Amino acid sequence: MISVVVNGEVHKVDADPDTPLLWVLRDHLGLTGAKYGCGAGLCGACTVMMDGQPVRSCRTAVGDIEGRRIVTIEGMRGRVIDALRAAWIALDVPQCGYCQSGQLISAAALLAANPRPSDADIDRAMDGNLCRCGTYRRIRAGIHRAAATLAGAAP
Amino acid sequence: MTGLPRRRFLQLAAVAGAGLAVGVRLGGAGEALAAGGDLAPNAFVRVDTDGTVTVVVKHLEMGQGVDTGLPAIVAEELSVPWPAVRVVSAPADSGRYNNLLFGTAQGTGGSTSMANSWLQLRKAAAAVREMLCEAGARRLGVPRAQVDARQGRVADSASGKGFGYGALVDEAATLPVPQDPPLKDSKDFTLIGKDGAVRRTDATGKTDGSAVYGADVILPDMVTAVVARPPTFGATLARFDDSKARAVPGVRDVVAIPSGVAVVADDTWSALKGREALRVEWRDGAGATLSTDAIRARYAALLEQPGLAARREGDADAALAASGRRLSAVYEVPYLAHAPMEPLSCAVRLGPGRCEIWAGCQSQTSDQAAAAKVLGLQPQQVAINTLFAGGSFGRRANPTSDYIVEAVEIAKRADGPVRLVWTREDDIQGGYYRAFFLHGLDGALDAAGNPVAWRHRLVGQSIAAGTAHAAAMIKDGIDRTSVEGASTLPYAIPNLSVELHSPALPVTVLWWRSVGSSHNGFVTESFLDEMAHAAGRDPLEFRRALLGDAHPRHRAVLDLAAEKAGWGSPLPAGRGRGIAVHESFRSFVAQVAEVSVDGKGGFTVDRVVCAVDCGIAVTPDVVRAQMEGGIAFGLSAALYSAVTLRDGRVGQSNFHDYPVLRMSEMPAVEVHIVPSAEPPTGVGEPGVPPIAPAVANALFAATGRRIRTLPFGGRIREG
Repeated sequence: MISVVVNGEVHKVDADPDTPLLWVLRDHLGLTGAKYGCGAGLCGACTVMMDGQPVRSCRTAVGDIEGRRIVTIEGMRGRVIDALRAAWIALDVPQCGYCQSGQLISAAALLAANPRPSDADIDRAMDGNLCRCGTYRRIRAGIHRAAATLAGAAP
Repeated sequence: MTGLPRRRFLQLAAVAGAGLAVGVRLGGAGEALAAGGDLAPNAFVRVDTDGTVTVVVKHLEMGQGVDTGLPAIVAEELSVPWPAVRVVSAPADSGRYNNLLFGTAQGTGGSTSMANSWLQLRKAAAAVREMLCEAGARRLGVPRAQVDARQGRVADSASGKGFGYGALVDEAATLPVPQDPPLKDSKDFTLIGKDGAVRRTDATGKTDGSAVYGADVILPDMVTAVVARPPTFGATLARFDDSKARAVPGVRDVVAIPSGVAVVADDTWSALKGREALRVEWRDGAGATLSTDAIRARYAALLEQPGLAARREGDADAALAASGRRLSAVYEVPYLAHAPMEPLSCAVRLGPGRCEIWAGCQSQTSDQAAAAKVLGLQPQQVAINTLFAGGSFGRRANPTSDYIVEAVEIAKRADGPVRLVWTREDDIQGGYYRAFFLHGLDGALDAAGNPVAWRHRLVGQSIAAGTAHAAAMIKDGIDRTSVEGASTLPYAIPNLSVELHSPALPVTVLWWRSVGSSHNGFVTESFLDEMAHAAGRDPLEFRRALLGDAHPRHRAVLDLAAEKAGWGSPLPAGRGRGIAVHESFRSFVAQVAEVSVDGKGGFTVDRVVCAVDCGIAVTPDVVRAQMEGGIAFGLSAALYSAVTLRDGRVGQSNFHDYPVLRMSEMPAVEVHIVPSAEPPTGVGEPGVPPIAPAVANALFAATGRRIRTLPFGGRIREG
């Protein structure tokens, strides 16, 4: 049994230590917000927070993360994610929406580290999160809008 | 109009309420369906006693916005505030939910959802509104003509006294259903065509992780399966050794199915490890030695021969032979995987005389029939829960229902519910590609620089051949999906010939967002640009002259895009502008692309100005989003994506070697919508075709280098 801390709860999981966190979340814990897109760290759909940093859960073995704090899209709370979600909804960012859990977590990590990112900063932080629906410009606008909200400025 | 019987709602509600977070597309809809008294005189609209309006959407929401655009029609015609509207996904039931443009089949595709639903949903909602108005008038004791329906209330226009819809539901339900209710005058619209009046109904669930996609289905006692499939097209299973696979902890079973060998396990990772441990020998089939190089050579030889006539006007051969100013070019486009962010998945639960499916189905009726055939059931014994699809782009509308059949075949051999998972590698290598095509173009100009001949020969596989769609889609040997956008060339050229060769190959091919227009738009709009430059004419003026007065909608989008892009204004050195216009799925789109080149082969696509005429733009922001998305999707294909074959094997497997556009490569996109009173047409696909030629034409303007092969990569040769 491996013990993992997800969204503030400790779970005992009966999984091989090499099992990617993604499948532990989805198949063992029923947390399906993190998505499978590539299984190779190439698309970002599976992104979750680990100790406040975004990681690709499809490339993170569950055996390596004992004691680390994992937060999935379902467990994201606070001003930053609230501002991002509000911006996403205000700008109708999602289309199919499948990549958006990962996009939002990457965006939240960016804003936590850099409260007023430039377009180039956003591109750098977000280039590993693929979207086949082409919502990129709306995502970028959503990050700027959330940043403005968090800074107390009118969005 | 047929009614939606109460038991249907209860069935849906039973599914949604059976402890499963599946079966409906919005949280809470299950309870709305199970509520007390209701008014549900047809298959699409229901009003509850609390005033909630439930809209049944028969189309798949795969990102294109049907869960927003279609309910907007209902909300408008029913005069209810947008927040009162709930969306549920229709069951598979072709009797009620057939796509009117697909005949008797239920399904989503060909950018038809809005065109199909415009009048259907308006009439459905208007009937409900009329019943509520009649009930309201009776209760108020005033004539029907004296009451208005507004903002979810029926009120006496004289006194202002009235009732919310919910309070009128019981009485309205006893009234006859009007067969031909009056429709709202478009001048009274408060939602349709109004920016910001409606928001996406799926945005919240898609930002908090609660939206349920096909891959997210969890059923009690469910097992997960992955399939080892043949490495080459047409190969079949010879034998397999599953001893090591069965030794993997969590693996429950290994079973041969028609498409390969399925590994069934407690969870996805165990199934994948089991598949890795499997030893399979395949018997080579017709595709064992296929290569892109050999296909290209075979197609090139066919380009030298006349093909079947898809369109013939005048005598193109004679005009070409007689011309002193002749241009010839060969264009090439690759096989393409759809690569939606969500790879294919399907969950199946079997019961006595019953099969239940959860998936992002694009073709419910044929999926139902295919599943029934595997199980020896009647189609109506197969229930389908259509969930969100994480993109599809045509992949889930497969005439063979490949992934549905695969899941059912496994479920047939399993003890309980099964979820089938395709990996990204399965997706990229598994076939059902946009077809590889070679195009031979020949054109001739007269002394004044006017085109006098256009001969377009296409060589590529037919999508419809050998499928249930063959009879409807292939006429006189011409699969219309091969030539659409080429045989419909709108330009007035007196001698015009469009010819088709449809060689058969074991590579499976399928519609891919914008289908024939995905390559024909690139080829025709690029070659026309070649002719304009050869004639020394401005590409915009050249197109306008050839469109003349016969194609006002093409001209209007062309003019609008050109104006908004500042066509003709000077650009700094190292920049170029290109234009393209294309009609697909009865919508008209023009795009002007601006590129920067660095003189060393590098370039960027900086800006795209897009004009669209899709008739009435019901939800303008969804229209804009679809144009943005079409541009991104088309740019991925123009710049990067290709599936190639060598020794029968697909050379790509995941996003590292099948790249798609990233955020930093996304140009600024401006979308302008042509005001229109025409009935709405589709927007899911028509944004795709013009982008590749607009960018290629812009790169020509900047560098003098003509691009005739897709993808052209992140760099071009300059000079």
